[in-house]
Amino acid sequence: MIRVVLPHHLRTLARVTDEVQVDLDGGATVKSVIDAIEAKYPALRGTIRDHDTLKRRSLVRFFACGEDISHESPDAPLPDAIANGTEPFFIMGAIAGG
Amino acid sequence: MSAIRVLAGTRKGAFILTSDAKRKKWKVDGPHFAGWEIYHMKGSPADPNRIYASQTSAWFGQIIQRSNDGGKTWDTPGGGPTMSPQGMSMGESNKFVYDGVPGTHQWYDGTQHPWEFRRVWHLEPALKDPNHVYAGVEDAALFESKDGGATWKELSGLRKHDSGPKWQPGAGGMCLHTILIDPKNQNRMFVAISAAGAFRTDDGGKTWKPINKGLRSQYIPDPTAEVGHCVHRIALHPSEPNTLFMQKHWDVMRSDDAGDSWKEVSGNLPSDFGFPIDVHAHDPETIYVVPIKSDSEHYPPDGKLRVYRSRTGGNEWEELTKGLPQKNCYVNVLRDAMSVDSLDPCGIYFGTTGGQVYASADAGDSWEPIVRDLPAVLSVEVQTLK
Repeated sequence: MIRVVLPHHLRTLARVTDEVQVDLDGGATVKSVIDAIEAKYPALRGTIRDHDTLKRRSLVRFFACGEDISHESPDAPLPDAIANGTEPFFIMGAIAGG
Repeated sequence: MSAIRVLAGTRKGAFILTSDAKRKKWKVDGPHFAGWEIYHMKGSPADPNRIYASQTSAWFGQIIQRSNDGGKTWDTPGGGPTMSPQGMSMGESNKFVYDGVPGTHQWYDGTQHPWEFRRVWHLEPALKDPNHVYAGVEDAALFESKDGGATWKELSGLRKHDSGPKWQPGAGGMCLHTILIDPKNQNRMFVAISAAGAFRTDDGGKTWKPINKGLRSQYIPDPTAEVGHCVHRIALHPSEPNTLFMQKHWDVMRSDDAGDSWKEVSGNLPSDFGFPIDVHAHDPETIYVVPIKSDSEHYPPDGKLRVYRSRTGGNEWEELTKGLPQKNCYVNVLRDAMSVDSLDPCGIYFGTTGGQVYASADAGDSWEPIVRDLPAVLSVEVQTLK
């Protein structure tokens, strides 16, 4: 079970009020976590990454265990603490634009 | 008993204002989609409870919302648990993909720049089918949905017009902001793009022609070019769809031949710069604009918020000030932020970047704010409910 903290705007879009949880079939990577988030909350497709290219939207950031991993490969394994649900995976809107 | 529903899109959410036909007491509902920019909301003429909303964010992109109950509840029409053959959830209602190779248009520095989808500026429901709706987007293109906004397809004949590489963004981006459907010939539509100009189709959107003859824009290299004009808004009256009114960047214009030619009707306006223009519901020759001082100073001349009305289809304008602030007012009124109801007398409505929505229940003679202190108002649409 993976815990995911969504930014405020995506929580309202997904109609959730707290962190969300998803289960994965395979290993935990940024791609597999977002695949699972989009499957569970289809309205979020296109809001975190592009529909077709799956490229991260430029003002969205990913954090794991206090580290910004936005620029790492989406197929890189996430830390164990994320994979086992000890720590949440953060999807954040970049602080930009005031 | 008739009622009025005002749909106000703002920088930080959507608000729905309702009143009975007296238009004296208003109920304010919102914010819907709190914190998101709502560029535009519009109800279907065929089913007023079907409302479409463009919800957008520089961070999280474009969302299309749809209501089937007059704005009480909303849903993302393509966001349901539909699965693709690959097992992925669909979520297609926010998927706007240009047809074929997007190509390039002119950038601010004169170089060519790839077409990139940013947001939906305007949603125009078709006249007869509530599931049929058009979307005007930035970078400028026209999309169409025939399944209630669940999926979108570009009407690419517009963007692929030979002049496309010469289109360029205005200060607010290269947006297709106006879509008008001819009620007497629904194969004919008009669109306007900043900064390309106005275009018309006579075959339901397959092919388009620029309709900018007579426009003169001294701030572009060729002031009478076929395209490149910063058209801010066009409007028509349903009974006279060959007559178009235009608020250009500078100049208020009129065409009596469906856009084939234009003449200036700015007349005695204190400034002919502005954004919105609209037509009285019952008199096709009565039109309204809100003069703004200049493109460098996006506020009313002399700090006085004045609507100007012409009962002669232009040239002769009277200022309407009763109930509007006449000192220290420095708000703007954006291009999609004016609308009319179809009661008698006709009601006129507009929203400001200062968060007020003003209404006149007597065709503009007097005004009052029906709500104030909202976030900056981006768009105002009015529904007259039977």
